[in-house]
Amino acid sequence: MKTTRSMVLVSSDPESLDRGALDVFSTLQKQITKFGLEEEIALSMITDISKHAMSPLVLVYPDAVIYGPVTADDVPRIVEEHLYKGRVVEEKQISAYDLSGRVAWLSSRKGTMPAENRIVLKNVGLIDPENIEEYIINEGYEALGTVLKEMTPDETIKVIKDSGLRGRGGAGFPTGLKWQFVKGAKGNKKYVICNADESEPGTFKDRLVLEGDPHGIIEAMSIAAYAVGADEGYVYIRGEYGLAISRMQKAIQQARDYNLLGENIFGTDFSFDIHIHAGAGAYICGEETALIESIEGNRGEPRPRPPYPTTAGLWQKPTLVNNVETLANIPAIIRNGGAWYKNIGTPSSPGTKVYTVLGNVNVTGLIEVPMGITLREVISIYAKGMKDGATFKLAQTGGSSGSIIPASLQDTPMDFDSYNKAGVSLGSGALLICNEEVCVVDLAKVLLNFFRYESCGKCNPCRIGNKRAYETLVNISEGVGTLQDLKDLQMMSDQLYEMSNCGLGQTAGSPLKDILAHFRAEVEAHIKLKVCPAGVCPMSGQRIYKTI
Amino acid sequence: MATEVKEGQDIRNMVRTLVQNHGDEKAELIPILHEINRELGYISDEAIKELSKRMNLPSSHIYSVATFYRMLSTEPRGRHVIQFCESAPCHVAGGRLVWQKLQRELGLAKGETSQDDKWTLLTTSCLGLCGVGPVMVIDNDIYGNVTPEQVPGILKNYE
Repeated sequence: MKTTRSMVLVSSDPESLDRGALDVFSTLQKQITKFGLEEEIALSMITDISKHAMSPLVLVYPDAVIYGPVTADDVPRIVEEHLYKGRVVEEKQISAYDLSGRVAWLSSRKGTMPAENRIVLKNVGLIDPENIEEYIINEGYEALGTVLKEMTPDETIKVIKDSGLRGRGGAGFPTGLKWQFVKGAKGNKKYVICNADESEPGTFKDRLVLEGDPHGIIEAMSIAAYAVGADEGYVYIRGEYGLAISRMQKAIQQARDYNLLGENIFGTDFSFDIHIHAGAGAYICGEETALIESIEGNRGEPRPRPPYPTTAGLWQKPTLVNNVETLANIPAIIRNGGAWYKNIGTPSSPGTKVYTVLGNVNVTGLIEVPMGITLREVISIYAKGMKDGATFKLAQTGGSSGSIIPASLQDTPMDFDSYNKAGVSLGSGALLICNEEVCVVDLAKVLLNFFRYESCGKCNPCRIGNKRAYETLVNISEGVGTLQDLKDLQMMSDQLYEMSNCGLGQTAGSPLKDILAHFRAEVEAHIKLKVCPAGVCPMSGQRIYKTI
Repeated sequence: MATEVKEGQDIRNMVRTLVQNHGDEKAELIPILHEINRELGYISDEAIKELSKRMNLPSSHIYSVATFYRMLSTEPRGRHVIQFCESAPCHVAGGRLVWQKLQRELGLAKGETSQDDKWTLLTTSCLGLCGVGPVMVIDNDIYGNVTPEQVPGILKNYE
């Protein structure tokens, strides 16, 4: 197996090419081979660096060192010093802050350390999750003690606001602001809910946090409860996560035994307890109002909003709903301060993000890296490249409500704002990496089948729209689609977005929009040529409706 | 899954005990349905009627909740329930071929129960085990990285 240690990128915008970028590239190739590094170092051209006086640029990852302007004569020294001996060639280095283009720049990645940075997963796999004492000696419950003894609720919320933490459930709403809404809401009874109904296809980060570090969630929920003025909390864990449920039960009992949950915690006036509610198998319950309906003993159908849960949530009381990964950041932020956290990641999306890397790559699994890393880095460095040296075709982010990311966006920094600007979404943190054997029509069909099945059926655009979109894709995959079908798919995507009641329906159409925007030729080949270029679709020629 | 077939009075007693243990708050409905489903293998009409009386909730509400959630069933199922993940990560990892093999091997389509009540074949949305896709779950046993060739051998483990 090829293991890539480092990645070198050469800018190839017209200006760079004009100034000899191709020479730089070929010299790099020769020098890398000369030092026998061709197995360890991936070399590519990237196009989308904006015009810059310092071009051509050479970027070295994971160190995030940028050299410019580089001529072919500079290359031997860069290869020998940096790539071979590991010393940055400082005379040729330029500051990342000067770049205005779309290449990721990260203040937290100066130096030569790889980017993986564990905050959320700090304890996962390192401590015994069933032993509260192991959590305590690893700085556990220290943040709760600090908050209860030394800080007011307002000061606590201010630290979270200063940190710039944004919700990791997919929408990226500022966490401190949400806390403030709940604190400011009228009512003497308030709730804190941890949303652990993780059901986005391809996402299992929350399961690992719950299984590996349950006390981190209890501590974070207690801090949140103190800040917003709640005395009761729920952890809503999806029913399929049996181990996570039993670990959480044990952790709650241990915390009660140590008086870290219950009455007068740390000898203060603050009292708080947590219940577990196990889900019963419904994707929609990850939507916060559906989750609340489910705890109340109803079908998990989202409520119309407003009112938002922050003012009228569980049993119509003000309720704070936070995702597992969001909460897992809280104790570290309290311990180290908001400024510390803000310094990690990108200015508009501070902190780290946990990704589940899946699909046609050599290494699948969980990584936690600063916000703003690029897809190309994830694939070459953390996933150790594409399986069997195949070509990268697309990545699907964030489970089914994420986007289909074409290869042209693999140098876009992965943070909320950069992805928004590029018209795609980071979603919940799954990265399904696909090679050229994956057909976009087939992929979209699987995604829409999921939504068709998981739609709660309450509102028509989602219930009918997903079914019709799925049937249309089936017809295209059978080789009996028409060009009108493409117009219909675009229309369905728009209508799902505009008319659905909740996030499920609103994002369900995004795979349709993405394949039409980035892979239109491939979709049209199914219709005009009756051919599936990837060789996946059945193309049976029958206009039928059938399930996969 | 189902331990033994319970009828009439047994079911009513079971429901009464569950309501006593959990309390009759509406919020306890889903936890109670979970337990009934585990005991009987499904939620029978008899159980819904008794629950309606004990919890003071309309049967229609209980039925609407029981049919909403995937882990609850209002139909009897086979002795062994196979759940095959049909979400995108398992699909991309080769799940399509495993699913075809599974259907051929059992002679069942999605949602069907075999004549001898041995198997029920279901598809499911993502189970959060995507690192080892394609994934299938039989009763409580999880099988990851499944290939079409392994399917007959896996099925042989079940009586």
